[in-house]
Amino acid sequence: MSDDKKVQRRDFIFTASYALGAVGVGATVWPLIDQMNPDRSVKALASTEVNVGSLEPGKSITVLWRGKPVFIKRRTPEEIAEARNVSIENLPHPEKDEDRAKNPEWLVMLGICTHLGCVPLGNKGEYNGWFCPCHGSHYDTSGRIRKGPAPKNLEIPKYEFVNNNTIKIG
Amino acid sequence: MSDHNYVPSSKLGKWFNDRLPLLSLSAHLREYPTPKNLNYWWTFGGILTFCLITQIITGIILGMHYVAHVDFAFDSVEHIMRDVNYGWLIRYVHANGASMFFLAVYIHIFRALYYGSYKSPREIIWIIGMIIYLLMMMTAFMGYVLPWGQMSFWGATVITSLFSAIPMFGESVTNWLWGGFAVGNPTLTRFFSLHYLLPFLILGLVILHIWALHVPGNNNPIGIELKKPSKDTVPFHPYIVIKDLFALLLFLIVFAFFVFYSPNILGHSDNYIEANPMITPAHIVPEWYLLPFYAILRSVPDKLLGVVAMFASIFILVILPWLDTSKIRSAIFRPIYKQLYWILVLDVIILGYMGAMPAEGTYLLIARLATTYYFVHFLIILPILGKKEKTLPVPPSITEPVLADAPNPQMFKKQEE
Amino acid sequence: MKNLIKLIYFIFLSIILFSQCLLAEDKKQLLTNNWSFKGYFGKFDRSALQRGYQVYAEVCASCHSMKYLSYRNLAEKGGPEFSKDQAKAIASNFEVTDGPNDDGDMFTRQAKLSDKFVQPYRNDKEAIASNGGAYPPDMSVLVKARKGGADYIYSVLLGYEDPPSGTTLDDGVYYNKFIYGNNIKMPKPLMDGQVEYNDGTEATEEQMAKDVVTFLAWSAEPHLEARHKIGFRAIIYLIIITILVYFSMKKIWSRVESEI
Repeated sequence: MSDDKKVQRRDFIFTASYALGAVGVGATVWPLIDQMNPDRSVKALASTEVNVGSLEPGKSITVLWRGKPVFIKRRTPEEIAEARNVSIENLPHPEKDEDRAKNPEWLVMLGICTHLGCVPLGNKGEYNGWFCPCHGSHYDTSGRIRKGPAPKNLEIPKYEFVNNNTIKIG
Repeated sequence: MSDHNYVPSSKLGKWFNDRLPLLSLSAHLREYPTPKNLNYWWTFGGILTFCLITQIITGIILGMHYVAHVDFAFDSVEHIMRDVNYGWLIRYVHANGASMFFLAVYIHIFRALYYGSYKSPREIIWIIGMIIYLLMMMTAFMGYVLPWGQMSFWGATVITSLFSAIPMFGESVTNWLWGGFAVGNPTLTRFFSLHYLLPFLILGLVILHIWALHVPGNNNPIGIELKKPSKDTVPFHPYIVIKDLFALLLFLIVFAFFVFYSPNILGHSDNYIEANPMITPAHIVPEWYLLPFYAILRSVPDKLLGVVAMFASIFILVILPWLDTSKIRSAIFRPIYKQLYWILVLDVIILGYMGAMPAEGTYLLIARLATTYYFVHFLIILPILGKKEKTLPVPPSITEPVLADAPNPQMFKKQEE
Repeated sequence: MKNLIKLIYFIFLSIILFSQCLLAEDKKQLLTNNWSFKGYFGKFDRSALQRGYQVYAEVCASCHSMKYLSYRNLAEKGGPEFSKDQAKAIASNFEVTDGPNDDGDMFTRQAKLSDKFVQPYRNDKEAIASNGGAYPPDMSVLVKARKGGADYIYSVLLGYEDPPSGTTLDDGVYYNKFIYGNNIKMPKPLMDGQVEYNDGTEATEEQMAKDVVTFLAWSAEPHLEARHKIGFRAIIYLIIITILVYFSMKKIWSRVESEI
């Protein structure tokens, strides 16, 4: 083949083929990626209802929601007072306790340390709240980070009281 | 192999290429001189590579959702079909992909038979190809077991029981294959493991297959040796690449019709019934691509000899380069072989058809005749024909066609190796 | 020699034709319906699906499970498309066993959308024992599990008739034109007016059979509509790009072909 004949004109037909080919590859790749997203049966379990009628003040339960532990704590008046009497300016992640617990008696939060995902232990640590044994993060009675490597307070999931005894998470 | 030395233009490229000559490899693949008269039957190599990659990708994905346990296998397949995002699409592509893979491989094999591509100096390509084909059958068979439907279970039972024909050790071999006294959970888990492994083995062999091809270069419809590179060849890229792509797209249209509009037509409805070791389906039928061998198996009245005949029918293909004694490759110049070739194609189709029918009465008789002819073709006809057949004049190159009615002795150019 | 080859050709071709005839002989024509879900653009008829669910729930569900379906499926796109509240209301009619609770006991509660369809029997053994030794198959994928698919189920539902004279049937066995062997242990399931449709459709035997088969076809292939839709687009796309690539190929090859 002589080189002078190689007139590589990028004319319409080549450009169109490339462009359309790219679209097709994209459309084919999407199902291959999307299949790893939560499937329909997982999504259907996105909310869970918990009966908390028998929980005594000062006690907490841990329930599983979306495969993650959720702490439900019925706080004593002392714990509530302790949580509310903190001046939030000095906190690493300033949040009012009033914003974290709509009903002050009940604290509902994800039991996952915001550092690297371990589950903190209850009634431990320097602030009488939670303590993460993995890397030593201390949380207070409102689940706020006070000391240690964790950057944020324990996350509050979406939840609501269906009635006096039942909390619906999610 | 093209033996020119490729030197990358960039400094970095040169640095890299001196340490790992991937750029040289890529240059070789692009410039690989290919006969320019290859017809569309030659595009199935590329199509098969595509099929293998598709099966591996969709298979890995299905493996993410599938559970290899007798209690959950069927359920997990239904989970894939119902709940997993696009799970139905991926499973149907994988299931029909197996059929399309075999369709392509049969065309590929029969192309080689027609144009004599298995002959010297390409015997190793052919033998590697036959090993790939054998591994494909094993992989497909084990894959069919995984959904744990009725056909999975009973297909597995029948095929593994073939080994019970082995004298003396039959029972210990089948028990070893099953990991128990019948097909059960240990069988399923090991089949899953092997079904996952073998495709990668196939992939490795495909690389060897292509490597072995690139040593002598492609055969071509005329079946003569070419000077490479020459006027008779074109560089692989872009000429063959675009042609393969075009053929692949046509193939994909057919593929898409199966996947989207009749995804279950090549399967068997019994496989949507969960496996039940207490009830055997009325007709146990393997997937269509194994039917000819199934017919050979059943047409021999003796258990051991039936199994031997079945394996022999594949092995006979492995030694084909030495059975076919003709020096001329392409059937174009072998008028009698050409006819016999088409008869062989018909014979295999008949065998496949008989494999799907109950093994009784007329069906059995026809299957026996067809089996006999299959072996006669390879063992008797081909060796004799190669010596006796009066072949047509072969042109010395692609660009110089033979003058039909003026045979010139110069043109009877034999390829001396 | 040439004649011999022609003869072999002839023999082989006639064998193929001959076997075709053998095959055609024992085919019994199944009843069919103008199914809305067949064809390249086939979709399910929503109201037929909703009625079909009613027939399933009121007639079939007492013996046949559908263990791969969840109540949420009833509200999903491409299915009967009940509203979420309707599906919740349907689910709340059923009780499922859940647990263990904090005391370690199992308890029953109302079914939720995420629950699978409640099964009529605890296990296969109970199902067989309660049905005179015949197992009422799970119906989730029944349409795909029978040769002939929707037509076959439809035919069996409508294929009950009196046995031809001279045929005696055992107790608890019924005669059906279309079932394999003509003997079936399921009594005729559908009678005119057996259910009362909410939408006022007259519940004739054919109507109910058609509705419930539509429902079963959906349950066997819940993504059929998406499949048809994506398939149509995929094939149109493939045809267009094939044409483009064809012309690209012509263009590229014209460089060598002009040299010959």
